[in-house]
This record gives sequence, structure tokens and C-alpha cells, in this order.
Amino acid sequence: MSGFKVLVVEDSPTMRQLIVFALKRIRGFQIVEANDGVDGLKKLSADKFDLILTDINMPIMDGLKLVSMVRNDPNYKETPIIVITTEGATEDRERALALGANEYITKPIQTMKILETVKKLINI
Amino acid sequence: MSHNEDEHNESAENRADEFLQVFKKGAEFTQDLLKENERLRFRMVKLEETLKEHSLGIENDSDAASVALRLKIEELEQEKVEILDRIKVVEEENQGFANRYLEIEEENNMLANLYIASYQLHSTLDFKEVLQIILEIVINLIGAEEFGVLLLDEKTNLLEPVACEGLELSQLPKVAVGHGIIGESVKTGENYFIETMDGYERDFVKPIVCIPLKIKEHVIGVISIYKLLTQKEQFTNVDYELFTLLAGHAATAVFSSRMYSDSERKLSTIQGFIDLLTK
Repeated sequence: MSGFKVLVVEDSPTMRQLIVFALKRIRGFQIVEANDGVDGLKKLSADKFDLILTDINMPIMDGLKLVSMVRNDPNYKETPIIVITTEGATEDRERALALGANEYITKPIQTMKILETVKKLINI
Repeated sequence: MSHNEDEHNESAENRADEFLQVFKKGAEFTQDLLKENERLRFRMVKLEETLKEHSLGIENDSDAASVALRLKIEELEQEKVEILDRIKVVEEENQGFANRYLEIEEENNMLANLYIASYQLHSTLDFKEVLQIILEIVINLIGAEEFGVLLLDEKTNLLEPVACEGLELSQLPKVAVGHGIIGESVKTGENYFIETMDGYERDFVKPIVCIPLKIKEHVIGVISIYKLLTQKEQFTNVDYELFTLLAGHAATAVFSSRMYSDSERKLSTIQGFIDLLTK
């Protein structure tokens, strides 16, 4: 897992820390944090990432817009994307999946669920 | 008697002797045959006995081997049963270890989340920021959708809403200590959880959960929850622990940030007076 880069896009610092802390339990992960969709796109253009975790409800640019833009980028066409959302309703989830997200996680945050989903997507 | 008659008599005697001799020889031969027959019969009986003894011996040997084999099989069967029992015990132990591992993982995750939550709560002395962090924690860790944070005004002894999520702050009523579920929870310092959420309809004086914000035994406020996220059907044991532990950290964070804000405000006022006097 050496050099496996993950981008975490989340506006809430508490939530972001929770996700980062969970991901750090997988050895060899390099984690980069972004505050919102725009910040996320900047980080994506500056480096190459192997996995993206993004919240849906964010200021400036939300997660759905980010997913859509990432999927239109030839460099990130195949990169696994996990969306995290507060809503348990199916609407956001379905929109994110239709736009190209691979998996979704709903809040409240569950470390085991995050790890399980990440491991499933990167086959470890 | 004539000469011819004598000759005839003599010839007849000779023939009788010859016949007698032949008869005697025949009798002797018959005797010999009978003896030989008897000898052979005796021999045959002997052989039969020997054969019988011999075959009996084989049977006995075969029985002994069968018994030994049966014993060996029984021994192996017993050993198999013991091994299977041992495997069962080991499997049960493994299952126990796996369950324990999951429990420890769960606890570990809870502690990690608690660490991050408390780290975030104490990362600032800005009162509004602390309130925002409390809201984030209650949404993201507890899974509440509609809730409010009420702080105690020690002058009026009223609980006043200072932050909320999923509601308008103006919707939340001021609550007197000791009054209703919220007031009682603050008075006693005990957590309140509704017995069942079936058929619950939002009522601002009857929340589903009340967690007093306590610094030791001193209650400074309360978190009252009215609705959980759709996917959060009920509280788990971990939630109850998390609630209590977070409430403690939230209370100290709120208290210190409020004190800091007050002292900053007082300092700025005093500074203003000093500036005014020294000008």
C-alpha cells in the first residue's frame, strides 16, 4: 500500500479529522485534505490520487459537482470515489452514483464502514 | 477197493488241500486287507483331526486379529471424537476471540472518535466555534438531525437556547430548571432517553434525549435531541457512553470559551476606560 494517495474533501474539520484518523489505520496511506469542492479540484490537479472521499453538502462547491467534474477529467475517469452524506434518503445517493461515484457512506460516521468500503474499492 | 478208485480219492484229496490252501491264502489276504483298511481309516481319522485342529488354529488366529483390529478402530474412533470435540472447542474459542476482537475494534474506534471530538472541542477558545463543533459532533458522531443546545443562565435559572440544527433557534423554548423533562434532567444531572421512539412526535419540551452538560456535578447546560437521522433507527450502547463522555468535554469547552470571551470583553472594556483616562 506504499504511496497510495487519498484525497478527503470535507468542510467540517471535525468530520474530516474523523475520516483521516480512520484512514490512517490503513498502513501506507498518504492522506491529503481539502475544505470544499474547489479546494479538492486544486489538490487533484496538483497531484495524482488513487482514491477520493468527499462529503456531499459543502459550501462553494458541493460533492455532487465535484464528482461530476472529476469524472470528466481523463486522469480521474477510473479513480474510485466514495461520497459521504448526512442524508439517508436515496436521492443524493442515487445522484452521486449516477454521476460516477463508486460507493457511498452515510453519517453518523462509522470507522469500520469507512475502512470496509475503502478496502473493498482498492482490493486489499 | 480198486486201484482206480484209490487214485481218484487221492486226486480229490489233493484238490481239496489245494482249495483249502487257496482259501486260507484268501482268508489271510482278506485279513491283511481288513488290517490295512483299519490302518488307513485310523490314519484318515488322524489326518482329519489334524486338519480340524489346524483349521481351528487359523480361525483362532483370525479372531484374535479381528479383535485387535476392532480395538484399534474403537481406539481411533474415540480419538476422532476427542479431536472433533477439541476442534469444536477451538472453533468456539476462535469465535469468541473474533467477537472480542470486533468489540475491541468498536471500542477502539469509539475512543479514537472521542479523542478527535475532544481534541476539536478544546482546539479553540472561540465560543461560537465551540458551539459549531458541538453541532458537528452531535450530527456526525451521534447521528442526530434535529437538536438544540441550551445553556443555563445562573441569574435567571433559565435554560436558554444558544445553538441548534435542523430547527430555528426561535422555535426552542426557554426552560426553567426542574421543569419538564429538560429541566429535570438539568436539575438531577442525569441523562434522559425516551423509552421507545415508536409514535414519537416532535415536542420541544419532550425531547427523545437529554444530555446535561456537566463539569463534575455542576450543570451548565443541556443538549436536547428531537429527531435522529433517517438511517439511525435507535441508540446503541456505544452512543450512551459517547454521549456522556462528549457532554463532559463539551461542557468544559463551552465553559472555558465563554469565560474567555467574557474576560476578553471585560478586558477590552477596561482597556477602553484606561485609554479614556490616560488620554
